[in-house]
Amino acid sequence: MEANNLKQIELQQVRKAKKFNLWLGMIGMFMMFAALSSGFIVYTASGVDKGIKTILPQTFIYSTLAIVLSSLTITLAHKAAKQDNAAKQKLWLIITIVLGIIFFGFQVDSWNVMTEQGVFFINNNASQSFIYVFTGLHLAHIVVGLFVLLRVYLGVVKQIPQDNNVFRMDLATIFWHFLDLLWIYIYVFLLLNQ
Amino acid sequence: MSSTVISHDASHHDAHGHHHETFLSKYVFSMDHKMIAKQFLITGIIMAVFAMLLSLLFRIQLAWPDTDFPILEVFLGKWAEGGRIKPEFFLSLVTIHGTMMVFFVLTAGLSGTFSNLLIPYQIGARDMASPMMNMLSYWFFFVACVIMIASFFIESGPASAGWTIYPPLSAVPTAISGSGLGMTLWLISMTLFIASQVMGGVNYISTILNMRTKGMDLWKMPLTIWAFFLTAIVGLLSFPVLVSAVVLLIFDRSAGTSFYLSDLVIQGQILPNEGGSPILFQHLFWFLGHPEVYIVVMPALGLTSEVIATNSRKPIFGYHAMVYSLVGITVLSFIVWGHHMFVTGMNPFLGGVFMITTLIIAVPSAVKSFNYIATLWRGNIRFTPAMMFAIGMVSFFISGGVTGLFLGNAALDINLHDTYFVVAHFHLVMGSASIFGMLCGVYHWYPKMFGRMMNDKLGYFHFWLTFIGAYLVFFPMHFMGVDGVPRRYYAFTAFPFMEKWVSVNILVTWAAIVAGLGQIAFLINFFGSIFYGKKATQNPWGSNTLEWTTPVEHIHGNWPGEIPTVYRWPYDYSKPGHDADFILQTTPFSETMSSNFIHDFEGNEEAVRIQEQWNKENNRVVEG
Repeated sequence: MEANNLKQIELQQVRKAKKFNLWLGMIGMFMMFAALSSGFIVYTASGVDKGIKTILPQTFIYSTLAIVLSSLTITLAHKAAKQDNAAKQKLWLIITIVLGIIFFGFQVDSWNVMTEQGVFFINNNASQSFIYVFTGLHLAHIVVGLFVLLRVYLGVVKQIPQDNNVFRMDLATIFWHFLDLLWIYIYVFLLLNQ
Repeated sequence: MSSTVISHDASHHDAHGHHHETFLSKYVFSMDHKMIAKQFLITGIIMAVFAMLLSLLFRIQLAWPDTDFPILEVFLGKWAEGGRIKPEFFLSLVTIHGTMMVFFVLTAGLSGTFSNLLIPYQIGARDMASPMMNMLSYWFFFVACVIMIASFFIESGPASAGWTIYPPLSAVPTAISGSGLGMTLWLISMTLFIASQVMGGVNYISTILNMRTKGMDLWKMPLTIWAFFLTAIVGLLSFPVLVSAVVLLIFDRSAGTSFYLSDLVIQGQILPNEGGSPILFQHLFWFLGHPEVYIVVMPALGLTSEVIATNSRKPIFGYHAMVYSLVGITVLSFIVWGHHMFVTGMNPFLGGVFMITTLIIAVPSAVKSFNYIATLWRGNIRFTPAMMFAIGMVSFFISGGVTGLFLGNAALDINLHDTYFVVAHFHLVMGSASIFGMLCGVYHWYPKMFGRMMNDKLGYFHFWLTFIGAYLVFFPMHFMGVDGVPRRYYAFTAFPFMEKWVSVNILVTWAAIVAGLGQIAFLINFFGSIFYGKKATQNPWGSNTLEWTTPVEHIHGNWPGEIPTVYRWPYDYSKPGHDADFILQTTPFSETMSSNFIHDFEGNEEAVRIQEQWNKENNRVVEG
């Protein structure tokens, strides 16, 4: 009994540490984008012919709406998980995943719109290339995020123990919110430099 | 005596999840921090030997630029046609030597080994926060090593743009032979390496902050842990920046973007890229690159702190000052990167700012040096091999650090940048010092890792050859640098003003060869002792920290039964009034009434009252 208790305490400790890992990982990811931002600023300041010099595609607004909405739905999924309501949790998770895919689609579509505007990735004004790098790297993270969500979903389907499920859901929710905030940061940063 | 508080209750252990272990899960894809530490160490040693051999090759070229060595052709084939190393291959040699030493040996080999080994042990944890990530961290590192070595076996040869991979050499695949596939492999290898380091670092930080045992507050942590902790923070904040730099570089190389490239003519062909800035890469690179040197040296500082205190049988001098100076170095490391770029046409005012921040780093570094010496002062010093290497580390840290004051000066740097003075500086302060810190750690914690002792005599032999060798190799380079001899030049005979230095190069190369041979003593000692070394006792050095309370035989979860509780800081050596010259961190104050001071109780009035009563009853007079 006592040994079991001890194990429980150690498990809690490990979980706390794993959640902390996630926060640290997000700091690392943020540093990557911070480096790109400073690179963008330094590059853009290097000449008057540099800079975004175009109107960012409308589709960015749609994708922003999609991802903000997905943040909302994942919160609902999280709530459902805490109430041990598997059906509801699965539903909201699916909606979140779909919204994530929609976000992905809009971002890729934005690249189409930009190339139609004559803003190419291969560009002697690399400020414009930076837009692709920002969105592309963010999308790479979104893909990871989608896999995380899928893993949570499969966990619910396989009916893993409830506390395990809630823990996974915790981590997924934090990460997905982070991806949302990260996109908003990027979008605002690009808008300010438009 | 060594009052191990833990109860050796084997049946208890089974309750703690006993996995069925196969060869694969125990030795290869192990998730146990002790095994992963050994994997990191042995891989690191192999990489160190490899990188050292590369350095001997280019040292031979520098000493005898006009002599043929047919044997070289046997081993290197077309890279040494007629027994003479080709200029392209010379550049590859210095590039890969630098990359391997800085990243694979002194970052992964040092942090990876000792953070993994000591963090769970010294803070009292069963394992890392995420053993899985820890395992991945090692295997990413391993694959990175394999890819880097593989680049020697491709037709165009390994990367040769220097370990700093400045564009355009690194960004234009057609620039020189090493800019082709070799550079691509370098980038892939480094990307994997960064992933490995970030995973490792995240784990280290999280484990230290969340998994300390009862009583282990931050100010009771050994300095090793403080050093690993701050190193991991530096790594976490700086490595992702290199990812960004490398991503942009890859796009420049492969997709045709112009982040770093502008107005280039390669072999008569005008490149289409325009508007890019190679300086941008340097900013991004050195934002990692400078913190990287502290990632390399801080673990070494942590290890030596522990070894010097233990073997001086004295508390470390200025524990808090040691921690705060590490914190100072951590913070400052992020605002000095510009000193690598003084001559890039930087605004002189900005150069001045970077100069000031750079020179301020001398303060925490000096605090640490003085504290080491003050710890040694009137200590009851035991000159174990580990202690020798620790003192050697302090020596290199000082003699290499002093020249940092010259190089950090924006005006002097105009003359000194990119000369052998720089080579001498960083090889002493971060190369030799960190290698010595690492070796001191290996000698000291070998009994913990392998349950056996290393041979002392071979250890001393290894120390003196390496110590004298390293000074003979790097000290003369200062004079070459002051004379303006540039680094990375292939043959000194091609320039009249450098010719007189060829004789010095011969001395340096012989010293390097002798020191290199000295490492054989280490390899024999290291690998031989795994099988034939004297069996280690539980606490062979009379140390205070928690790792020495674990059984010699490695077990899953480190401690049988409960994790011990910590009552005191780790440096109670030679405490007046105590019968032994060390008191384990797990010894409560109630067992050491004859040696307690009032300040030990940190304002706990009840404890003070009990102690004073005891003092009165036993006629103990406390000085000061």
